[in-house]
Amino acid sequence: MSTGNDNTKNVIELCGVRTQFDDVVIHDNLDLDVHKGEILGVVGGSGAGKSVLMRAIIGLKRPSAGTVKVFGHNFYEADDEARLSVERRWGVLFQGGALFSSLTVAQNIMAPVREHLQIEGALARDMAALKISMVGLPAEAGAKYPSELSGGMKKRAGLARALALDPELVFLDEPTAGLDPIGAAKFDDLIVNLKESLGLTVFMVTHDLDTLHAACDRVAVLAEHHVIACGPLDEVRRTDHPWIHEYFSGPRGRAALSAKAG
Amino acid sequence: MADSAAYFDIDIDDGVMKMVAAGDWRARFLKQVDPRLRDFADDTMGRELIIDMTGVERLDTAGAMVLQRTLRACGDRTLISRVVGASPAHEALMEQVKDHLAPCHVTPFHPNAFGAMLERLGQGVAETYIAATQLLSFIGEALAATWRVFTRPSHFRWTSTVHHMEEAGLNAIPIVGLMSFLIGAVVAFMGAKILSLFNAEIFVVELVGISVLREFGVLLTAILIAGRSGSAFTAQIGSMKIREEIDAMRVLGLDPMEVLVLPRVFALVLMLPAIAFIAGILGLVGGALVAAFAMDISIALFLSRFSEAIPLTHFWAGLAD
Repeated sequence: MSTGNDNTKNVIELCGVRTQFDDVVIHDNLDLDVHKGEILGVVGGSGAGKSVLMRAIIGLKRPSAGTVKVFGHNFYEADDEARLSVERRWGVLFQGGALFSSLTVAQNIMAPVREHLQIEGALARDMAALKISMVGLPAEAGAKYPSELSGGMKKRAGLARALALDPELVFLDEPTAGLDPIGAAKFDDLIVNLKESLGLTVFMVTHDLDTLHAACDRVAVLAEHHVIACGPLDEVRRTDHPWIHEYFSGPRGRAALSAKAG
Repeated sequence: MADSAAYFDIDIDDGVMKMVAAGDWRARFLKQVDPRLRDFADDTMGRELIIDMTGVERLDTAGAMVLQRTLRACGDRTLISRVVGASPAHEALMEQVKDHLAPCHVTPFHPNAFGAMLERLGQGVAETYIAATQLLSFIGEALAATWRVFTRPSHFRWTSTVHHMEEAGLNAIPIVGLMSFLIGAVVAFMGAKILSLFNAEIFVVELVGISVLREFGVLLTAILIAGRSGSAFTAQIGSMKIREEIDAMRVLGLDPMEVLVLPRVFALVLMLPAIAFIAGILGLVGGALVAAFAMDISIALFLSRFSEAIPLTHFWAGLAD
């Protein structure tokens, strides 16, 4: 795996990253590159540090060693202006949606539009309506408050907000968890569609084997504090590692595979 | 690629209107062009339109949305209306947004402002009534739980109570003490000004003693503890409610009243008099120091006058408040 010097090709470059909470080491000497225009799925056991890795990349958890580069900027050492320019170019969907509870769904989506693009009024409303419809929410959902939504709807609304600025890079933390299978499949299609039409790069933390098959170009497996395998799904599946073997050969893994073959 | 903001021109070609769009049609460049597009769509409602996108350098969903919206407003259903010259990627984007143009409401719908105001007023009244009954039932529940614990003392959570005595009581002493000390000093200062007009400076002892012991010490304690510990309790129990911990307690057969409420209530009931006492003492210290430094009433004189002039009843009356 290259440690990354080609800025045009790699959107995210992690090099020798170490994160820890007090004495508990989550990642150690972790290298990972995310290429432009790909959907990278990050898998790993519970507690392997998938979400922590995402937080380290988006600037919420400072690594104790190593460098994190997004769009070629070292986020933790960049000045405010560079940080802001990076923040405008990504969108993040948190596990629970993380919608602002005092705003309606439409207002949530309009918030970044207003803040970063200074767009108000009819155009902002149209953009919110577009995003609401694109993520598969009914138009009525726009005027609802997050407390009035189900878990799946919150997730869609969160994705709509993440996509509000048409980011180049999207982080998704378990996007299909808690969605029914039909909704999850639609979500996968949506991500692939957006990736193709917008040239999105997607960093997706997931447990969902179907999503790995349906959407991901490459898969990175987190275990033993670092990335033990990274590449196209078929390649990763053949990697000789007990966890990978168990993950893909377990009953759920086989079911997802045979569904793809059939 | 030169970044030029989105713009468009209108041509009439063989009787068919042609809109030539060019430049950067990403959201950040749409602010100026969007009102013009809306006016244009209003003026040409229902006529055939061809949008030429050859000159469009960059496009995102917002740009595709406004173009697609314009096309639809100008008679999407006719055979002639269409987009030409778009690159494959832009074509795909235009297709993607095509089915997602339905408008949506941003805030809950209200028929009119007056009705909305009436609705809010009514809601306020109803909520006050509900809050009052809830408060009453909370007090009742707490009393009932107290009785249950009283009859079965083994159910009382001593560890938790002591923990809250430390959190809400002991840790509140610095702030309560500081406030009381300052109030005592201020009262002494203000009294000294007036009393010196009558050559009655020595009465500052009564002034500080009675006001601090009877009222200020206790009142300050009550207000500060209500603000400090009350909001801390609300935050703790509120976040437990959100994380469904309270529901989990219920289904495990634990009474939230016994586990959460009673230890806090008893901790406060036990600690409040002690804090009020400390507040009273510190208030007196503040008064005595001002008397000593600003009024030539020595600490010894203050104390002897204090023991003569202020009967203990003031202290008990204060605590009884």
